[in-house]
Amino acid sequence: MKILVCITHVPDTTSRIAFTDDHTKFDSNGVQYIIGPYDDYALARAVELKEELGASITALHVGGPEADPTIRKALAIGADNAIRVNVQGEDSYHVAQQIAAVAKEHEYDLILMGRESIDFNGGQVHGMVGALLNIPSISPVMKLIIEDGVAHMAREIEGGKELVEVPLPLVAGCQEPIAEWKIPNMRGIMSARSKPLEIVAPIDSESRTSTLKFQLPPAKGSVKMIGADQVEELVTLLKNEAKVL
Amino acid sequence: MSILVFVEGDQGKIKNSSREAVSYAAAMEQSPVVALALGSFQATELETLGTNGADKVLHASSAQLDQGIIQAYASVWAQALEQSDADTLVLAKSALGDAVAARVSVLSNASIGSNVVELPDTSDGFKVKRSIYSGKAFAHMKLNSDRRILTLNKNAIELKTDGESAQVEQFNPELNQQDFKVTITSTDRATGEILLPEADIVVSGGRGLKGPENWHLIEDLALALGAATSCSKPVSDMEWRPHHEHVGQTGLKVSPSLYIAIGISGAIQHLAGVNSSKVIVVINKDPEAPFFKAADYGIVGDAFEVVPKLTAAINSSK
Ligand SMILES: Cc1cc2nc3c(=O)[nH]c(=O)nc-3n(C[C@H](O)[C@H](O)[C@H](O)COP(=O)(O)OP(=O)(O)OC[C@H]3O[C@@H](n4cnc5c(N)ncnc54)[C@H](O)[C@@H]3O)c2cc1C
Ligand SMILES: Nc1ncnc2c1ncn2[C@@H]1O[C@H](COP(=O)(O)O)[C@@H](O)[C@H]1O
Repeated sequence: MKILVCITHVPDTTSRIAFTDDHTKFDSNGVQYIIGPYDDYALARAVELKEELGASITALHVGGPEADPTIRKALAIGADNAIRVNVQGEDSYHVAQQIAAVAKEHEYDLILMGRESIDFNGGQVHGMVGALLNIPSISPVMKLIIEDGVAHMAREIEGGKELVEVPLPLVAGCQEPIAEWKIPNMRGIMSARSKPLEIVAPIDSESRTSTLKFQLPPAKGSVKMIGADQVEELVTLLKNEAKVL
Repeated sequence: MSILVFVEGDQGKIKNSSREAVSYAAAMEQSPVVALALGSFQATELETLGTNGADKVLHASSAQLDQGIIQAYASVWAQALEQSDADTLVLAKSALGDAVAARVSVLSNASIGSNVVELPDTSDGFKVKRSIYSGKAFAHMKLNSDRRILTLNKNAIELKTDGESAQVEQFNPELNQQDFKVTITSTDRATGEILLPEADIVVSGGRGLKGPENWHLIEDLALALGAATSCSKPVSDMEWRPHHEHVGQTGLKVSPSLYIAIGISGAIQHLAGVNSSKVIVVINKDPEAPFFKAADYGIVGDAFEVVPKLTAAINSSK
């Protein structure tokens, strides 16, 4: 089985978000970059599937060379090889076209992604890739078992989950508890250095949106503290001041 | 040109978030607003979409569409876009809506703006403001295609309720069996509870509650408020509560009018899922808990004492 895992290179979840150049650029000063947490779940499940059934895992990222350490981490966790499409992703459609081009060339049985990226939170790329390849896309997937070429999945729905069966190939947007996050061990880190990371040129493709400006939410006013034995006071404030009851 | 709005149901009722989406389309003042409903619905339920601003409702009532098969829905939406000559498709953000919208954007050559938080600016092109970095920032984006799809965050617009009743028309899309390769074998959905993404008030519990046996504290308060319940990640990791209740960076992002956090420390990854709530109340026994910095109202105290009192106070204030 050939598995493709698409990973993002995103600010660590504890990062302070700030912008520069008159709010037109993300301020990466002092920001640590990680594999997107949802992509990390996808990768962890791919590694388990490899152990269970045998598989080859390719990690794919669309972006510039600054992401190479993040891609190496995916190799250390258990991907066998990696591809970086050497272009800055402009929007989800632009990225999806690049991923679909790689997928067409290599014909993967299973394409795993995160449910959403944690920078733009679009949750779009998996569906777009599914449509571009004309194969099913399922998200958000919280359980994934492969048996005789059929994927058995639990998909989260509002208020619960549904069980879904789809013959391969397919694209899945993953979330917990599909697998436990894996931390690379020393052997993984050593072997990652010699695993192939192929840099490929992008295909011609379009984007359909442009980002004009960023904005931070207004600063939160200070908290109003209420005594633990004055809960009636809180009820009154929520009714009359905040007007939410 | 019209605006098409996809409306989702839950146990036969139109979801409130979908009514918000119809209100949003109506407020764009670029009528007519055509709502699209798939699967079994009562006509009387669909007509009420008019009160939210729909001029017409298209109903594809085939039982094959009762289940949310992503690929099949995508092809039906794309046909509806084509046939209703709509240049804009609006829907409320949801697990199903997001998954379908992405495919439709490819099928119908549409730009997509997700997690939109307010009405578009159409003075020069089509611009939307959307939430990014899990609610920690916004981006102003221009959607450049002739067609676009907007997925809306909760509270992107005030619900409209004063419209007339709407006409319901049968819509008979072509159903391609190729799109039904996906089989949904079972659905496990809590009945009767208020859906978390829909809720206007959310009561949330963390590790400070000590164990699942104490969740009646959260549930009683939620019942008194007509609220949905949610939890922090460790709580769903330890299976004290089901996964779909977990909010935060790796869970659901909610934006209710009121979020009450009980026994939750307020880690940055938790805040990422709740910081767009209008008003936040924090109850925590530790005065240094970081959540107080993100709160509007705070009580330092033991949840086991404060919460039952608060529940009683709410009940007696009704
Ligand atoms: C990549 C990543 C993603 C993450 N995503 C999420 C996410 O999506 N959602 C999420 O929630 N977390 C997430 N986390 C985890 C997060 O960092 C915190 O560990 C978690 O939110 C803590 O949960 P908690 O507040 O319930 O528990 P704790 O941090 O243990 O806090 C318990 C709180 O309860 C208070 N307390 C104890 N007893 C009482 C009492 N009797 N009465 C009142 N208060 C009491 C304590 O003072 C304390 O503040 C993520 C972490 C990582 C690394
Ligand atoms: N630049 C990228 N390179 C590789 N994969 C990506 C990229 N952007 C998004 N993805 C994948 O698509 C998923 C959904 O992303 P998004 O639609 O941006 O929320 C992510 O979790 C990744 O698996």
